[in-house]
Amino acid sequence: MEGAPVTLTARQAASRTLRSSGADADASAPDRAPAASSLDALGDEGIARLRIAPAHRPVRRIVVAVLGALVLLALVLIVLNPRWEWNVVASWFLARSIIRGLLETLKLTVLAGVLGFGLGLVLALMRLSGSRLAAGLSWTFSWIFRSTPLLVQMLIWFNLGYLYDRIVIGIPMTDLTLFDERTSTLMTPLIAAVLGLGLHQAAYASELIRGGILSVDAGQVEAASALGIPARHRHLRIVLPQAMRAILPTAFNEVIGLVKGTAIVYVIAHAELFFTVQLIYGRTQQVLPMLMVATLWYIVITSLLSIAQYYIERHFAKGAVRTLPPTPLQRLRANLGAKGRDRTEVHA
Amino acid sequence: MSVLDTSTGSKPTGSDGRPDGGPDARAEDRDPRTGTRAALQGGKGARVEVRGAHKSYWDLEVLRGVDLTVEPGTVTAVLGPSGSGKSTLLRTINHLEALDRGAVAIDGEIIGYDLRGDLLVELPEKKVLAQRTRVGMVFQQFHLFGHMTALQNVAEAPRRALGVPKREALARAQELLEVVGLGAKADAYPRRLSGGQQQRVAIARALALRPQVLLFDEPTSALDPELVEEVLSVIRELSRAGTTLLIVTHEVHFARDVADQVVFMDGGRIVEQGTPAQVIDAPRHERTRGFLQRIHAG
Repeated sequence: MEGAPVTLTARQAASRTLRSSGADADASAPDRAPAASSLDALGDEGIARLRIAPAHRPVRRIVVAVLGALVLLALVLIVLNPRWEWNVVASWFLARSIIRGLLETLKLTVLAGVLGFGLGLVLALMRLSGSRLAAGLSWTFSWIFRSTPLLVQMLIWFNLGYLYDRIVIGIPMTDLTLFDERTSTLMTPLIAAVLGLGLHQAAYASELIRGGILSVDAGQVEAASALGIPARHRHLRIVLPQAMRAILPTAFNEVIGLVKGTAIVYVIAHAELFFTVQLIYGRTQQVLPMLMVATLWYIVITSLLSIAQYYIERHFAKGAVRTLPPTPLQRLRANLGAKGRDRTEVHA
Repeated sequence: MSVLDTSTGSKPTGSDGRPDGGPDARAEDRDPRTGTRAALQGGKGARVEVRGAHKSYWDLEVLRGVDLTVEPGTVTAVLGPSGSGKSTLLRTINHLEALDRGAVAIDGEIIGYDLRGDLLVELPEKKVLAQRTRVGMVFQQFHLFGHMTALQNVAEAPRRALGVPKREALARAQELLEVVGLGAKADAYPRRLSGGQQQRVAIARALALRPQVLLFDEPTSALDPELVEEVLSVIRELSRAGTTLLIVTHEVHFARDVADQVVFMDGGRIVEQGTPAQVIDAPRHERTRGFLQRIHAG
């Protein structure tokens, strides 16, 4: 019995508001009339001409102005100060020795990157496999290679010949040898650098890939198992593509770090970009300009990698977001298209 | 239902390619007796037997001795409160969950193990995966592969688990999507589909392997109320197709409609089982009565 009156009053209230809103509309009709009629006065053509303008944002304008001024100041300080010796930078930027060093840096990055991420993937899968032995091996690898300074690892690989004179592969206790070589012949600066950088990278890459794999919802693996999809396909077709979303930003961090990290191989006198630059300024004493040459090249490589990162991340975002972010080209075309349409309409 | 009617017009394209389907199965789209479209038909329904199933997680006993027989081609609805072991029971049937004691068999073949004398020797994963291709599963949270389109989701398992050529798998997938009324959504990624649509894709994906048994784990529990019916109507049609169905559900009315057998579980045991008329309309057990009352009240 208690419910009934409440319902009734609620309904009455509702009908009253309905009626009163109608009454209000009538009452305010004279007040609103000018506004309504001004829209009417525009006519269809007038309404078609209406454009939406962005809101004024005074604070944003001030911030943009201040930032612009700061950028300009920085440019002036850098470009107009003759002590940066930009003419020296320009003369060396495309020099043959610099380009050779640059190619060497790229070669190191690619080789160490492939070794690092390839081995890293294997280590991550080992760590996540049900096998305790595999997981233990993987853990131990990461533990050792993450806890030793990269510099030390590099020097150990390079000086392996001091520790072990020859590398022999054969059957122990017999004279049968399949392979026998002086360690110092095998361990060129390039091999030492790739091993040092690659194995160190693998230890980090394995953790980062493992993190990505763990971020994929367990239901995905379960559904794939329930469908009888074999383990290899489960990992490579179902889990990894989705893990890539979590892996990619950090992986590109690592790769970009690796590009500059290759500079460390100067300790074993491998002539990559940084070592080359050092050689040159050791002779010419133009230290800062030569460092700028190397820096500008690192900036170029990093920029290219960042562009690649954008597109690769976009590729792996399909399915994870409702609409993909536009590519810069698409954005440009959309902007131009919109302006073009405006113009034609104005002409019409 | 409107959902299914939309697809009736579009005849399945391409040859059926069923290994077991006779020429007359291909002659027309619908089975004259059941009125079910051929594409919906999975493998011939198999008999599911669960015997003395026990399962614990550490000190929590989830299944405490479950015995259940599901006859070929019949529909069994499993009811019961959360934590009663319904989902676990379902997941042991395709060995997603290993039993501590007891066994599951499909058409007499023990799932997940090789019986050697008194020993159940765990099968290598490859064999378990092969067994699973006979059992389809539909999850509460759909678990569609988020990075694949609806079509790719459906075609993936036939390609990777059975080695069906890509073209054939995609054609069959398209056909299945049309059957669940989503032929036009083949290229959509799961995130762009409504819950009901996602679950229908998941059903098509489970059907792609022509399973003999289909397991539904609360297929409508994650759906908005107005989307429930579109999924239920697909399941209803499946129930006439001759595949053995096990459905864990909270939809009591639906269970009464489609089920040949209703099982009520509580505390890791089957408390009551029988026809819908027996278990739902005239429950004998106190626990069943209380549960059904609460469901109706809510």
